[in-house]
Amino acid sequence: MILSQIGYYSLVFVLAISILILFYCFKQLKFLNKNYYLNLINLNFLQSLLVVISFSSLIFSFLNSQFINRTVYENSHTTKPFFYKFSGTWGNHEGSLLLWILVLIIFSLLFLFTSQKKEKKYLTLTLLFQQIIILGFLIFTLVTSNPFDIIFPIPNEGLGLNPILQDPALAVHPPILYIGYVGCSIIFSSSLAALMSQSVNGNWASHIKKWAIVSWIFLTVGIMLGSIWAYYELGWGGFWFWDPVENVSLMPWLTLTALIHSLAVIEKKSQLKGWVIILSISTFVLSVAGTFLVRSGILNSIHTFANDPQRGIFILIFLFLLIFLSLVIFFKFYKQDLNLNKLTFTNDLSILINNWFMMYFLSVVLIGTIYPIFLEVINNTKISVGPPFFNKLISIFLIPFLLFMGFGASLGWLKSNFKKIYLQNVVLFFVSIITSSYLFLFIGDKGLFLSLIMGGSIYLFLATIRDLIKKNKQNLSQRISHFGFSLLVLSILFNSIFSEEHNFNLNVGDKFKLEKETIFFQNISMTNDKNFKKVEGIFLIQSNNYKDIILKPQLRIYNQPVIITSEADILSTLYSDNFIVMNKIDDSNMFNIRYQKKPLMIWIWISTIIIVLGGTLTFFKDRK
Amino acid sequence: MSSKIKFISIFCFFIFCFFIFFLSLKDSKKYTPKALINKKIINFEMKQLESNEIITENDIFEINKITLLNIWSSWCLPCRDEHKYLTELKMNNKLNMVGINYKDKKKNAQNFLNEFGNPYKLILVDEDGKNSINFGAYGVPETFIYNSEKKLIKKIIGPIDLKSFNEIKNILK
Repeated sequence: MILSQIGYYSLVFVLAISILILFYCFKQLKFLNKNYYLNLINLNFLQSLLVVISFSSLIFSFLNSQFINRTVYENSHTTKPFFYKFSGTWGNHEGSLLLWILVLIIFSLLFLFTSQKKEKKYLTLTLLFQQIIILGFLIFTLVTSNPFDIIFPIPNEGLGLNPILQDPALAVHPPILYIGYVGCSIIFSSSLAALMSQSVNGNWASHIKKWAIVSWIFLTVGIMLGSIWAYYELGWGGFWFWDPVENVSLMPWLTLTALIHSLAVIEKKSQLKGWVIILSISTFVLSVAGTFLVRSGILNSIHTFANDPQRGIFILIFLFLLIFLSLVIFFKFYKQDLNLNKLTFTNDLSILINNWFMMYFLSVVLIGTIYPIFLEVINNTKISVGPPFFNKLISIFLIPFLLFMGFGASLGWLKSNFKKIYLQNVVLFFVSIITSSYLFLFIGDKGLFLSLIMGGSIYLFLATIRDLIKKNKQNLSQRISHFGFSLLVLSILFNSIFSEEHNFNLNVGDKFKLEKETIFFQNISMTNDKNFKKVEGIFLIQSNNYKDIILKPQLRIYNQPVIITSEADILSTLYSDNFIVMNKIDDSNMFNIRYQKKPLMIWIWISTIIIVLGGTLTFFKDRK
Repeated sequence: MSSKIKFISIFCFFIFCFFIFFLSLKDSKKYTPKALINKKIINFEMKQLESNEIITENDIFEINKITLLNIWSSWCLPCRDEHKYLTELKMNNKLNMVGINYKDKKKNAQNFLNEFGNPYKLILVDEDGKNSINFGAYGVPETFIYNSEKKLIKKIIGPIDLKSFNEIKNILK
């Protein structure tokens, strides 16, 4: 009771302070000579303190299983392990919104602390936009999804957290993704502020680049964790499904990646200003649009939380207010770059080309995700856009993209020694063509198209390795990221071409023969765990090519709510993953077994980590 | 193109998007037609999921029990959402739960039940969805609650949420 009240009232105070800050911001902007700036910092500090109190009280409600709180009742249970009680705080709509607000406020405080030397007008404007966003989310939370709702009479037991969500990767996935999203809000506010205070220049670019890189790192890690979760927990044997919610997190990532590249152009040459502002705006708008699409229940997906049209309408209005606000500001304050035509055949051109590709990929994902909604309203037909659509449209443009990426990164900023680069690249190009065609002759006919993509990615791989081992250490972080990306593309390609899947039914004690391997279902055992019963099967996989493998997939019968999940068992090695999952067949002693071999699977995660590592290096390098 | 025209056209484009999203949100609104309340259950014949035995409307009722008819499908995602409530309701001995498997494949339906548990006492198969339409259903999931006189007392369109879950509990008191 008391915890819920503390949480609720501190949230109301946060709202009041937010309005107060807006008031002071306007005052500061009106009377530029006076200094309200200290007030602003103090208020912001107080606001962060209160929101931390509010969030902690929700955490404590979850830890103590205070079922008087409706959010706790609907999403927790006394027998949940401590860790999942804790992560249950943000495993639901209400709690995750509170987390959004928490991160938003703390980030704007951090922004104020780290950029005190900047011009006052610019800082005040940034704070103003930031508070508008905070206010919007606060009102949304308090009106439509209060995390501190109370129910009477107090239930004895909660309904439980969905077991699918009880996974370590998923427990940290939302907060990390949110930090990424919220970091984008800082970019949004500061780009509008810079536009209004006429300070879009190299200085601003290098200042905001840090924020862009931090958000990018968190967004990348967040997406990767979600993908790891899908691979290990959902047991579908893939890592990316073009599920609407995955797409929604990919869209801001694409614009943010384009933004980081373009910021370098402003930093060095003061060009592409308008474009950078548009990218900054759309990154955050896409993040909020993502929240809208996920939370309104307009899309059907495994992530969809409860359907509530009122919530949907609120976020929709907020989203379009943000869009219109930024449109008005952009058209009022933006003056066309006069030296736009001075792009030469150097690094900035290659960055521009990179941006075009990113925009193409973005539009494919965007259209694939929201086209069904438009069609249903206009034409009243239901369609679903699946992986084939995305795979086809993206892979065609992947070939030139890979080639450009390998070529473009080797161009210099000012003048390029064209002949030398040209020769090197042609050599690499032929090497990669020969390797890829040899690979395909060796393995068998898989089509011309795939071999072209393969050639492109091998080319990029060689080019990035060449850049990586260059003597001078300039741009090392960028080279590491590019190398990671080429590794990622290669592993995805190998993985999708050479994966095997086998589906069969087995009794305990039976064997199943595959082409190169034998699968022996040895035994089955049953044990009790804290909040579930465990049925474990033991499988022996024998092959002439490698040592015997034992895999132990599980069926888990959770008690609250009663749900049976199947846990895959996966053996990862550097060469390939062996993946096995079993399901009970009703009214029979047989089990349905799905066995998969996925080559180079672990390299998908490793290469993503390498990409992030490059980003992290940039962040620390730029601080000096 | 002058910047004003640009601005107006972009503005109009976003207004258009706004209305599309707005309309599609409106579409999913829940409503209950009052006309069906207190009507007696329709006559039907449906196969049972496991045994293929023919079941009629008289076979699903039990004396002095409230009957809950839940239309579900393995491909329907909101059905997963409401499943925890159905599982909770299963414990109640005043309630008799019948599922109607709507436009589904038998194997997928069984997988769904294996994965999430089976809360139903009886599951009927509505392969082409015609019977569900006769019931007055709009889609999946949908829940019909009948009293022991076989009259409809409540209808829930869309997944059962906490609010309707409590309403059902009140009916059972």
